[in-house]
Amino acid sequence: MSFLDINIFGLMGQLLVGLINGSFYALLALGLAIIFGLLRIINFAQGALYMLGAFVAWLGLQHLGMNYWVALFVVPVVVGLIGILMERFFIRPIANEDHLYSLLLTFGLALILQGTFTHMFGSSGMSYNIPDALKGGNNLGFMYLPTYRAWIILVSLVVCLGAWWVIEKTSLGSYLRAGTENPALLQAFGVNVPMMITLTFGFGVALAGLAGVLAAPIYSVSPDMGSNILIVVFAIVVIGGMGSIGGAILTGLGMGVVEGLTKYFYPEASTTVIFMVMVLVLLLKPAGLFGKEA
Amino acid sequence: MTSSASVHNIRNLGIALILVGLVAPLVVYPVFLMKFLCFALFACAFNLMLGFVGMLSFGHAAFLSTGGYVTGYLMTQVGLSTELGVLAGTIVAGVLGFIFGKLSVKREGIYFAMVTLALAQLVFFFYLQAPFTGGEDGMQPIPRGELFGLIDMKDNFNMYYFVLAVFVIGFSIIYRTIHSPFGQVLKAIRENEPRAVSLGYNVRDYKLMAFVISATLAGMAGATKALVFELESLTDAHWHMSGEVVLMTLLGGMGTIFGPVVGAAIVVAITTIFSGGQMGNYIHIIMGVIFVICVLSFRRGVVGEFNHFMQKNFTASGLGK
Repeated sequence: MSFLDINIFGLMGQLLVGLINGSFYALLALGLAIIFGLLRIINFAQGALYMLGAFVAWLGLQHLGMNYWVALFVVPVVVGLIGILMERFFIRPIANEDHLYSLLLTFGLALILQGTFTHMFGSSGMSYNIPDALKGGNNLGFMYLPTYRAWIILVSLVVCLGAWWVIEKTSLGSYLRAGTENPALLQAFGVNVPMMITLTFGFGVALAGLAGVLAAPIYSVSPDMGSNILIVVFAIVVIGGMGSIGGAILTGLGMGVVEGLTKYFYPEASTTVIFMVMVLVLLLKPAGLFGKEA
Repeated sequence: MTSSASVHNIRNLGIALILVGLVAPLVVYPVFLMKFLCFALFACAFNLMLGFVGMLSFGHAAFLSTGGYVTGYLMTQVGLSTELGVLAGTIVAGVLGFIFGKLSVKREGIYFAMVTLALAQLVFFFYLQAPFTGGEDGMQPIPRGELFGLIDMKDNFNMYYFVLAVFVIGFSIIYRTIHSPFGQVLKAIRENEPRAVSLGYNVRDYKLMAFVISATLAGMAGATKALVFELESLTDAHWHMSGEVVLMTLLGGMGTIFGPVVGAAIVVAITTIFSGGQMGNYIHIIMGVIFVICVLSFRRGVVGEFNHFMQKNFTASGLGK
C-alpha cells in the first residue's frame, strides 16, 4: 500500500469509526474518572454495566416493547440504581480498607454479571434495530455519514461536555471537587458526603448504561462486549491520567481516532495501538498526559 | 514475623508435604496433581508481588502463557530435552517480566494494576495474531521430550516427579527470597513505602527485582504446564487467567507462604469439577461470588484465618507470615 495514494472515502470511513469508538471510550472513561475522583477506586464492573445497559435495552424491546427513545432515558436510570445498590451494600462496607480490595470486589461483581448473562443468553450476540428516525444517512461529498453514527457522536459529546460543565463550573460541581480534596471538612460544613458518594457512583455507572444503549444498535449485544472494551479504557485512563475530567474525555476521543487511523494505515496493529501508546506515555510521561500524581 | 519456632514449623511442614507429594500419585490421578502443582507455583509466584510487596499485578497471565508458548515452540521445532525447554520458557518470561516491570513500577496501586492488565492484553493480542502460536486453535501437540535426554517423559509418573521437582525448586526460591534481607526490604516497602525511601532504599529497583522473580517463576509454571497438557492455548494469556491467580491467592491467604497453594488446590478442584458441559457456564459466576465473599468478609484467606485462629488460641506462630 502506498501512503501517497490515500483513498479519501476509506480514510474518512475509518476516522468516523474511530470517532464512534472514541465516543464510547470517552463515556466510559468519564464514568471511571468521576467515580475515581470521589471514591478513589476503579470500578472494574464498568464494562459489565455497559453490557448490562445494552441488555436491558434489548430485553426491554423484546419483552416490554420499550422503544429506543424510552430506553435512552430508562436504561441509565436502571443501571444507575443498580450502581447505587452496589455502592451501598458492597463498596461502602470496605471503604476504609486498601483500595485494591474494592478493585477486586468490582472485578468479582463483573464476573458474576458476565457469567450470568452468558449462562442466560449464550455468548453469541443479539441484534438491536436502529430506530426508524435514525436510519439512513447523508452523502457529504467526501464521505457517507450514516445518521445513527452521527447521533452517537452527538449524544456522547453533549453528555461529556455537560458533565464537564457541571463538575467544573457549577456549585454542585464545586461540592464534588471539595469532596475530592477533603471529604471530612466538607462533611463538617453540613454536606451529606456519604449520600453524595453514593449518588456520584450511581451517576458514573449510569454513564456506562447510557453507552450500552447507544452501542446496542451498532455492536451486537453480547455478554463479553464489556470486558474487551474495558481493558482498552483502562489503558486510556493510564494514558490520560485521572487528573482531570476533561482529560479523560479528550484522551478517550483522541485514542478512538488514533485507533481508526491505524485501521486505515496498518490494520494489523489496530487492536494493539492504544496499548502501544500507553507504553510510550509510560516511558515519556509516566504520570499520564493530564495526570498530576506520579 | 519469623521467630525461629515458625521457621522450624514451616520447614517441618515443608518436609512432610514433600513426602506426601512423593506418594500422592499412587492415590490421585497424576495429571490432576500436576495441574494443581503448576497452578500452585503460579499462585506462589504471584503472591510474591501481592502478598509481600503489596502490588496487585493484573497481568500475570502474560508470563504463564509466554513460558508455555516459548517452551512449546522450542520443544516442537528444535526438540530440546525437557529441562532445557522449561528453562528457556522460564528465562524468556523473566525477560518479559523485566520489560513489564520497567514500565509498570513507576505507577502505584490501582494504576499499577491497570498498567499490568493493559500490557498483558497487548501480549494476548500478539499471541492471537502471531503465526507460531496457532491462534485460536492453540499449539499442540507439544512433545514432552526426554529429561536430560535420557528419561522418557511421556510416562505420567516420570512427568509427575519432574513437575514436583520444579515446584519444590520454585517454592524454595520464593521462600528464600521472602526470608532474605531482600525480602525484609520488600515487606518494609509494603508496610510503609515513604519510610523505606527515606531509609535510602531504591524502592523502584526492589519492586522491579521482585517483579522479575515473580514473572520468571510464573513463566516456569507455564512452561511446565504446557508440557503436562502437551498443549498451549490462548486461555493462558487471557485476562481471566490473571483474575484466577488473584483469586487463588486471595482465597488461600495473601502474604502467607502456603496460602496460594491452598487457594490453588481449591480453585483447581472447582474448575475441574465444573469444566465441561452445561456446568462450564457456572465457573465464572462461582469465581465472582468467591471474590465478593473473600473481599467482604474473608480477607485473610484460609491460611490467614488459620494462623489468626492459632495465634489467638494457642499463641503459637502458625504457618508463617
